[in-house]
Amino acid sequence: MKEFQGRVVVPGRIAAEALVSHEGLNTLASFQKALQFGDKNATCGDQNNPDLYGKQMAGKALCLPQTIGSTTGGLVLYCACSMGRQPACMLFSKPIDSLAAAGTVLADVWLDDVNMPVIDSLGDEFLEYVKDGMNIVVQEGGKILVG
Amino acid sequence: MRSLEYKMKLTDEQKAILEHSKGETLAKVMESLVRYGELFGATEMVPISSKYNHLVTSFGLKALGPVYELMDKLLEAGAPSGQKFSVDPKPLDPNVPSSFAQDAIFKFFMYSRQKDYEKQLMQLGLLSDNAFTCTCYMDEVGNKPGYGEVLSWSESSAVVYANSVLGARCNRNSGIIDLMGSVIGYVPKFGLLTDEGRKADWIIEVKTTKKPEAQLLGSAIGMKVMEDVPYVKGLDQWLGTELDDEACTYLKDFGAATASNGAVGLYHIDKLTPEAVKFGEDLINPGAKTYVIDDAELERVYREYPVIWKNKNAQPKLCFMGCPHMSLQQLKDWTDKVEESLKKNGVEKVTVPTVFTAAPDVLEAFAKTPYADRLKATGVITSYICPLMYMNNPLSEKMPVITSSNKLRTYTSARYYTDEEILEQITAPGRSSGRKILLGRITGAVPAFHKLPNPLPRGIRKGGR
Repeated sequence: MKEFQGRVVVPGRIAAEALVSHEGLNTLASFQKALQFGDKNATCGDQNNPDLYGKQMAGKALCLPQTIGSTTGGLVLYCACSMGRQPACMLFSKPIDSLAAAGTVLADVWLDDVNMPVIDSLGDEFLEYVKDGMNIVVQEGGKILVG
Repeated sequence: MRSLEYKMKLTDEQKAILEHSKGETLAKVMESLVRYGELFGATEMVPISSKYNHLVTSFGLKALGPVYELMDKLLEAGAPSGQKFSVDPKPLDPNVPSSFAQDAIFKFFMYSRQKDYEKQLMQLGLLSDNAFTCTCYMDEVGNKPGYGEVLSWSESSAVVYANSVLGARCNRNSGIIDLMGSVIGYVPKFGLLTDEGRKADWIIEVKTTKKPEAQLLGSAIGMKVMEDVPYVKGLDQWLGTELDDEACTYLKDFGAATASNGAVGLYHIDKLTPEAVKFGEDLINPGAKTYVIDDAELERVYREYPVIWKNKNAQPKLCFMGCPHMSLQQLKDWTDKVEESLKKNGVEKVTVPTVFTAAPDVLEAFAKTPYADRLKATGVITSYICPLMYMNNPLSEKMPVITSSNKLRTYTSARYYTDEEILEQITAPGRSSGRKILLGRITGAVPAFHKLPNPLPRGIRKGGR
């Protein structure tokens, strides 16, 4: 397994299957329909994102550069966590953006029993290496194993 | 709760709040802001200096229940916003054409919490019943911060306008974080609140042969620079060097596209926006990358937009203009343009149901001008609605809707056209008229196309787009 080191945004350990977006995740466009219409798999609704559109995001190790778009992004992510439709973990190749930071921090501070480790600054090589379906292990201290 | 480690310098009062001096809820608010700021290397919490806040969450969307519960916690803790605030536009307006099926979904399913949420907003500190707009900085609305003021705003198009055109200082805050700032009265100092964070990493050279379409230029820049700050050269030849009404309107639409197609929170326009006028090219970081935009580049960007209608040749059934909300001058200019084009084409009324959206206060000011009756006579409807919220559901998503808003294109199935193309389409002769397409319920003075039929028109029923 290949190892990557990032910065811990929200601590935790988890193992999950990778789901990769090479473009920024538009949080509102991706999650809104799933939250609104009771889709427990959180199927991505962002038709402008060919990597994710139509794929299940809940329970996956979501690998992405950053999030983009509407400033509702953070609260949408917070709601996804509150409703149990969040990814298993979020792994950012770049430093986290302000919207994703808000959503993940709010979920960690205000919600009980939500375990969604968030690691950022994993580097461009991480996103070049990781592919859909690969096994991801998130360890303490921001270490990621991909294989 | 884990013990919180932080590096930023907090005042005694801030530390006390963090240590529960004002209760658990406010401690959590402070913890949220401190942890948020720490991620970006914030050095301290600085006081908010604007008179009003602006929030993004204006909709009582059933799916956002956890947000309303969190706001209830703030109210229960006796912690409303320390500032009055405006908020994004309402998601519903009976003036806007909709089918009975859409009405039912909007009212009883999607936005079933709208009334309750509006009550909650009033309790938290909403400025007034009219304070629902994404363009709170319009003179008619009055939430217009001054140069250098520190804000806790959200709404990407408003944040980028406040930073760039007004010279205020605000990060691209998320919903909830926006409110938490004004509950505490402080925001973490990082990014666009710092001199360093306002410097440009991109030089944009505009080399087009005509004035570029604001929404297209903004889209191209947003997609290229993402969250970075661009310094735009060459635009002053089209906009001039005065921030007059025309330039501000252009920059409103340009900025919204940079913020939604990318994640731009601040741009500088050479010789025009306040910091560019004051500091010039000193705002450009050494090693900044260059992006040249000419006619061919804009054409490439336009042609690469995905068209996600099933039937790409479908006749449009609705046109939305005003995302972000239109200015008073825009409403007047479009009245002239629509009238003129209808006359040229020998058509009495628009041939695609068309909605122009603007802030309630702007619409009230517009209603006092002679333009209002003239626009009404063309068949164009005015509304305070948020087109984005209207479009975000499976029924609306299947409608062939056209717009010149690149923000609406990005978040919904609406198809983008330039302003000129939109004008051609909505005033085109020989097209099935709105009345013909939409043989719906006719109620009172409401135009025939105000209500889409139920069941939906054949094309929509079959998903024929």
